[in-house]
Amino acid sequence: MSYRILQKKILIPGQTTLLVIDAPHVASKAKPGNFIILRTSEKGERIPLTIADCDAEAGTVTIVFLVVGKSTAELNTFEEGMSIPDFCGPLGKPTHIDKQGTVICVGGGTGVAAMHHIAKGHAAAGNHVVAVIGARNKDLLLFCNELGNFCPEVLVATDDGSFGHKGFVTEVLKKRLEEDKDVSEVVAIGPVPMMEAVAKVTKPFGVKTTVSLNSIMVDGIGMCGACRCTVGGETKFACVDGPEFDGHQVDFGELRQRLGQFRPEEQESMKLFQHKCQCGEGK
Amino acid sequence: MSAKPTDTTPKKPAKRVPRTEMPTQPPMVRIQNYLEVALGYTDAEAKAEAARCIQCKKPMCRKGCPVEIDIKGFIGQLQKGDLPGAYKVLRDYNSLPAVCGRVCPQETQCEGECILGKNPDKTGGPVCIGRLERYVADTFAAKLAAGDSACLQITGEAACRMERPELKVACIGGGPSSLTVAGYLAALGIKVTVFEALHEVGGVLVYGIPEFRLPKAIVRREIDAMKALGAEFKTNWVGGKAILVQELLDQGYKAVFLGVGAGLPQFMNVPGENNIGVFSANEYLTRVNLGRAYDFPNHDTPIFKADNVAVIGGGNVAMDAARTALRLGAKNVYIVYRRTKDEMPARLEELEHAIEEGVQLMCLCGPLEFVGDENKRLKSIRLQKMCLGEPDASGRCRPLPIEGATDELEVGLAIIAVGTRPNPILLEATPGLKLNKRGYIEADPETGETSIHGVFAGGDIVTGAATVISAMGAGRRAAKEIARRLLGDEA
Repeated sequence: MSYRILQKKILIPGQTTLLVIDAPHVASKAKPGNFIILRTSEKGERIPLTIADCDAEAGTVTIVFLVVGKSTAELNTFEEGMSIPDFCGPLGKPTHIDKQGTVICVGGGTGVAAMHHIAKGHAAAGNHVVAVIGARNKDLLLFCNELGNFCPEVLVATDDGSFGHKGFVTEVLKKRLEEDKDVSEVVAIGPVPMMEAVAKVTKPFGVKTTVSLNSIMVDGIGMCGACRCTVGGETKFACVDGPEFDGHQVDFGELRQRLGQFRPEEQESMKLFQHKCQCGEGK
Repeated sequence: MSAKPTDTTPKKPAKRVPRTEMPTQPPMVRIQNYLEVALGYTDAEAKAEAARCIQCKKPMCRKGCPVEIDIKGFIGQLQKGDLPGAYKVLRDYNSLPAVCGRVCPQETQCEGECILGKNPDKTGGPVCIGRLERYVADTFAAKLAAGDSACLQITGEAACRMERPELKVACIGGGPSSLTVAGYLAALGIKVTVFEALHEVGGVLVYGIPEFRLPKAIVRREIDAMKALGAEFKTNWVGGKAILVQELLDQGYKAVFLGVGAGLPQFMNVPGENNIGVFSANEYLTRVNLGRAYDFPNHDTPIFKADNVAVIGGGNVAMDAARTALRLGAKNVYIVYRRTKDEMPARLEELEHAIEEGVQLMCLCGPLEFVGDENKRLKSIRLQKMCLGEPDASGRCRPLPIEGATDELEVGLAIIAVGTRPNPILLEATPGLKLNKRGYIEADPETGETSIHGVFAGGDIVTGAATVISAMGAGRRAAKEIARRLLGDEA
């Protein structure tokens, strides 16, 4: 069985791409916070990607990825109508969603895509969802309009000030928390330094803070412990116990270091892929 | 053709004829490659070994086999020179003979019971049943004409049609126990669908046991043959996530077999365990075997390498990890085990192969701490020295720490192979499924049925980590019961 790409949308050229995949059995079960694992070829590695959206009726799952290495670069060569050989999910525990009041969802980089699905879930449960998203400039903002469809407030930060607040999402978040004492939860998804910074900002406010960890994974079903992380002094497997955890309990330093385990191999693999691309040997 | 008489009168063991050794790649050659170590018998070697069997009237060997193969029967066919006949006997009991002949711990099973093993000085030792099983399975497959169907390979018969498509059975998990259920039921014309979470079917046979011990082509051959029989395999389907037990029952599956294994790795809860360079054996072996990381960067999955490697544990998984590390270029590979060599649960042949290849045993010690550098990269393991105390519940002597006696072992990679726990994904998603105190599924030992009517279970998810063949035995018992219920007296 393989999984057809029904739609490909380049969100940021050469960098971020959205794919809508035909995978009815995943779509019928997927909830906000779940992820999938895919392989790009028979020789491919298994890579995890958070589900950005899904449509159970249409049987489709939307993923958004950042081109960071060989597998994502290869995935970016797939066009509409082509099929992905392996697409496994939904995996991980879904986000805990109930009606609780005001929830602030913070997204950074490609994490905004995953955050979008969670924000949608919170909005559907009747929460007042505040989206806080950031990017280097306004052209690199993801899901800004889509979030507007169900978030009464979409607060934006850009590094160059080309849209919204000039600076970081954490500054916007801090201001919002100072203005509103009734925020029940902050959800943050993005690069590790960003999630760490968010947890640091929310700590003094005592607001429940949920982060979605992006550890290295192999099987994604709890079989290997590659994705293990320390939360509140205990070892947890991000793929089955998470990927969402209490941001105030996560050992971010360890996570950052573990993410770098295979950096030389990742670079070697990417170099080989780019070389093949240039001389036309590979895809 | 053998000149052996075919009567089954027990004879006195002939004068000492040693066990026929199996050719292997020389140790210094084989650690440079990832090809199979043991090369299998030639026709002449198999004939010589088969001739050693004295065809006991009351064969003890069969009692030692978890699936009760008619061992005397298949060796008897070999003695007569009837290879297809021998294969037919094997297949009647075992759907994966090429696998079991390679990975079973025969010394504690069939060969451990062989009468010739009772007085090895006079007899030369037990008959090499595993090597003969492997010979029959491999040679039969190899001698089939190219046009012969995969079905013929698996059953020795050409009929492949699904006779009873309305009788459908689902298996969750694609390891040895489910494969046995699928092979058994498919041969009776029952439609079996296997849901496998990973992208390749075979369970531990593909992610755990390395290529040099069990070539993946052999696993694929057996699975292709089951497909030809009509069994269906759905990969990338996680039981408990993409598919639920109740849904399967609602969809008209007449029975569901749960064979999801005990794949969750156990860590040791000692400081520094999350340092970079500390891996579970499951991760290490999955990367290398399922991800083909031995062939990186031709395959995309990377593997972590170091000159000095410690493997913690003394079972087959530890041996597999240690021998894999050698093949990936490690200079020193240590097996760190808290008991002594005599208590190691690993298959004897693997332990011998590992030592031949240069794996160093460090017995009577266990990790106290995984020591990392300032970047949290593993640089050494602090070890507690042990001595043996009184036997514990398992009958093995309990290792006791010697107070104040510690050691430090400099390694850049540590692989933890101290066992597994039940994977909770499916269990948590299946209300009404009764578990035992250790968290494994409670199943009737005779039929394999769980607390949910029509739902069966077998293998490691019932017993805890055990052997491939015991999982297959459980699969066989459940399949028999399922067949009896679905087909009545026909089965």
